[in-house]
Amino acid sequence: MSTLFSRPLSVLNVGVGSFAQAIRQAGGEATHIEWAPPANGDRAAGAALSRMVNHPRVEAANAKAVERLLAAQPRLEGIGIAGDALPGMGKRMVLHAGPPIEWTRMCGPMKGAIAGAILLEGWADSEKEAQALAAGGKIDFEPCHHHAAVGPMAGIISPSMPVWVVKNATDGNLAYSNLNEGLGKVLRFGANSPEVIARLKWMQSTLAPTLRAGLDKLGVLDLKPLMAQALHMGDEVHNRNTAASALLIKRLVPALLKSGAPASDVAATIEFMAANDHFFLNISMAACKSMLDAAHGIPDSSLVTAMARNGVDFGIRVSGLGERWFATPAPVVHGLYFAGYSMADAAPDLGDSAITETAGLGGFAMAAAPAIVKFVGGNAQDALANTLAMTHITLKRNGAFTLAALDFAGTPCGIDARRVVDTGILPIINTGIAHKAPGVGQIGAGVTRAPLACFTQAVSALARSIESLADSGKA
Amino acid sequence: MATAAKVIPNLYRDSVSLMQLSAALAALRGIEQASAIMATPANLALLAEAGLETGRIAPSPNDLLIAVRGKNPAALEAALASAVAELDRPPASAAAGGPAQMPLRSLQMALAASPAANLALISTPGEYAAAEAMKALRLGLNAMLFSDNVALDDEVALKRYAEAHDLLVMGPDCGTAIINGVPLGFANAVRRGAIGVVGASGTGTQQVTCLVHRHGAGISHAIGTGSHDLHKQVGGITMLQGIRALGGDKATKAIVLVSKPPSPEVAQTVLAAAQACGKPVVVNFVGAAPESIRGKNLHPATTLEHAALAAVALSRGRKPAGARSGALPPVRIGRMSSSQRYVRGLYSGGTFCYEASALLGASLGEVWSNAPVDSKYRLANVRKSKGHTLVDLGDDEFTRGRPHPMIDFRLRNERILAEANDAEVAVILLDVVLGYGAHPDPAAELVPVLRKAQAAARRKKRSIAFVGFVCGTELDPQGLEGQEGALRAAGMILTASNAQAVRLAASIAGKRR
Repeated sequence: MSTLFSRPLSVLNVGVGSFAQAIRQAGGEATHIEWAPPANGDRAAGAALSRMVNHPRVEAANAKAVERLLAAQPRLEGIGIAGDALPGMGKRMVLHAGPPIEWTRMCGPMKGAIAGAILLEGWADSEKEAQALAAGGKIDFEPCHHHAAVGPMAGIISPSMPVWVVKNATDGNLAYSNLNEGLGKVLRFGANSPEVIARLKWMQSTLAPTLRAGLDKLGVLDLKPLMAQALHMGDEVHNRNTAASALLIKRLVPALLKSGAPASDVAATIEFMAANDHFFLNISMAACKSMLDAAHGIPDSSLVTAMARNGVDFGIRVSGLGERWFATPAPVVHGLYFAGYSMADAAPDLGDSAITETAGLGGFAMAAAPAIVKFVGGNAQDALANTLAMTHITLKRNGAFTLAALDFAGTPCGIDARRVVDTGILPIINTGIAHKAPGVGQIGAGVTRAPLACFTQAVSALARSIESLADSGKA
Repeated sequence: MATAAKVIPNLYRDSVSLMQLSAALAALRGIEQASAIMATPANLALLAEAGLETGRIAPSPNDLLIAVRGKNPAALEAALASAVAELDRPPASAAAGGPAQMPLRSLQMALAASPAANLALISTPGEYAAAEAMKALRLGLNAMLFSDNVALDDEVALKRYAEAHDLLVMGPDCGTAIINGVPLGFANAVRRGAIGVVGASGTGTQQVTCLVHRHGAGISHAIGTGSHDLHKQVGGITMLQGIRALGGDKATKAIVLVSKPPSPEVAQTVLAAAQACGKPVVVNFVGAAPESIRGKNLHPATTLEHAALAAVALSRGRKPAGARSGALPPVRIGRMSSSQRYVRGLYSGGTFCYEASALLGASLGEVWSNAPVDSKYRLANVRKSKGHTLVDLGDDEFTRGRPHPMIDFRLRNERILAEANDAEVAVILLDVVLGYGAHPDPAAELVPVLRKAQAAARRKKRSIAFVGFVCGTELDPQGLEGQEGALRAAGMILTASNAQAVRLAASIAGKRR
């Protein structure tokens, strides 16, 4: 007010467009906003949001949270066994992707994958028995995210499976992911035939020990520089991991050859890795998880620390809102389907891999990987536009992950739930599409958006949390 | 010779960019050698070979390291600062041929694009307006809410927040403001000058600013408070802020307050603030008794026109004259039949209608309206006139589901034809509002209707006196002269103000009793 008269008037116009024109016609300065009711017209949520905009406590908390996200130094430490390594992993526990879900509500691919994991663990002898066991309440199902882990697609991790161990050297926290099986008939898409189980057993008996020997020889592998380099080579390290997988193999091969592991195992391991352009995906996901876990748990922060889907629900977690999930039905992905398949065959969005977008990679780094836009019939300019759009809902640019096509600007990173609701710009996610029936596998890939409702719920909860503290005088 | 180094943790730049940066640093005055690298062991070894000591710094391979050698510590510090600035500089963007700019979707997004913005003009549907205004305030912006239908509780919360944070909220239901010469909402183009206005009524503010302009003076700022500000619950927060702000504004020499009469408590607070501001203040509480306004720097005005003229005089250091009275200049009206007795006012501006209700009631007694000063003359059926009738066609009951009559003339045109068909009607009183936001050519809408209505009356051996005024200036997009010329040519008798138009209407009708 005291400066209103002393500075030239510059107006932000919300609503009637002709008012902005009149101001300009009269020689004034006006910026028109393409406004739509925030929070999909939910007035209570819109009002809660308005009280959180530029809230000093949220701003301070977010600055701290995003600083931790940026400062994290994910390093590949080695390979562990889920049952030993994962915090809180039970003996009869199976972890899955996305927010919590009970057996009866699970999607086809997840049920199929769980049956496969039960067979792998030897808890049942046939798929039928496995399904009955799963339905009988004798097995605990919990989200990977509750155990510092992430898994692509169905995201099934059972106690005997090998897991990548990633350590954030800055804060010391660990994150885990399972090992990628390759494409085709694989567990993460719900396949559980004998060949699938046989491959998983080979991964336990041969792949994991060989890789462990190689990693022992190699020492700690810094993941951030490797991912940064992959971004400069056309990956976005979610749906395109061709370069990152090659870079990993390049580092591993000499170490494997010097590791003393049996030559035939080394050969089989190299062959297995080389056949899979997505081999690095799970490591990328664990790296992102370790970065985001470091940013989680800052009171009052609206920074999103997880986006994950279980094929039924899409859920997010927010740094300042503890262990709660804010969930809503998962969307079906628009994308490019393989010959013979269509959207009617697709399971709703599935997997923990949106952890990469949460960390500012994947769809947020689309400018690095124009090839991905082809899935939705876009062009290279669309890839840049997608990345730029995400700058409006994020808190910072990540100087460690730069984008050549945007003149080496950092990737937009640190999703602010408030900005998502305020702008209606939804986080973009690059993803694979699973068939809704178990075991068919991947039937396409595409680009989808995180649903607004999760963010609206989270912002309302944040307002309640901050305002109840203020009311009780603790603020 | 001295050396210095700086580590920027977790910042990656490609080697070409770093070589360019190194070269730029080495070219700085007082710098002999400079190197910017990613701090990998290999690069650090090369740096040591080149004789650039980094001392006790122990960077990690993800860090960017800048090392410089030069004449003195000041030069080194300047070089490091310039390196940091260069690395912080936002990329030139993929400028030419780059992707299209994203449309601005929120106040916060727009503020990032226009960081000098200092006011949000909000005209969303009322149910969302309070939230947008709260965001604006939290982002440090002043707000004008053109939107109406905002809960009084929300208005109070917004205004209290604004007051506590040195910000201003104009509205809700604020139609008009002029800040630093910039028209906001429905406003007229007027020259800048020494008169400040604080108005609870949009059209009242438009009338005052236009008449100030017509009399050769100008407006410093016109602050709109919105129609509910002087409600007891709100307590005139915005009007009080406006009075204080204009009181402290060097350009403002005289202040005009425009409102319907507030409740006595609020009036007292407002008048006390006006007295305390130390500048001459003209007060027009439309329809209120002038005796209620006392104070040595306070000047009661009986009409909007009176308020404008008093302010012009005061701004020039002269004593204000009284309201205009006495004989009106003669006007030519056609021959009326003996049945023609009544005035029918069809208004698009609510405050004009209200002012007319006060003035016409004073001279003709029983004057009916949908918004009367005296509530016993409230029309039972707003669509049907009786006796002397004044209708505010901008009232909610007419505007639900259709544009305001300042923009859409259909409703008023139909009513003009209906009134002209009434054998008892002598005078049809009209306001014509120009300015930003109003219809681009009101005369073009009215002229054919006036001709048609007069022709219909003539066929029945009657003649209607169309009396009115144009609220506007020659600077308005519609142009005052052209509009007035076209209306006069169609037989309308135009005065300079609402007050004079009402006096003329009263005088015509008064002679026919």
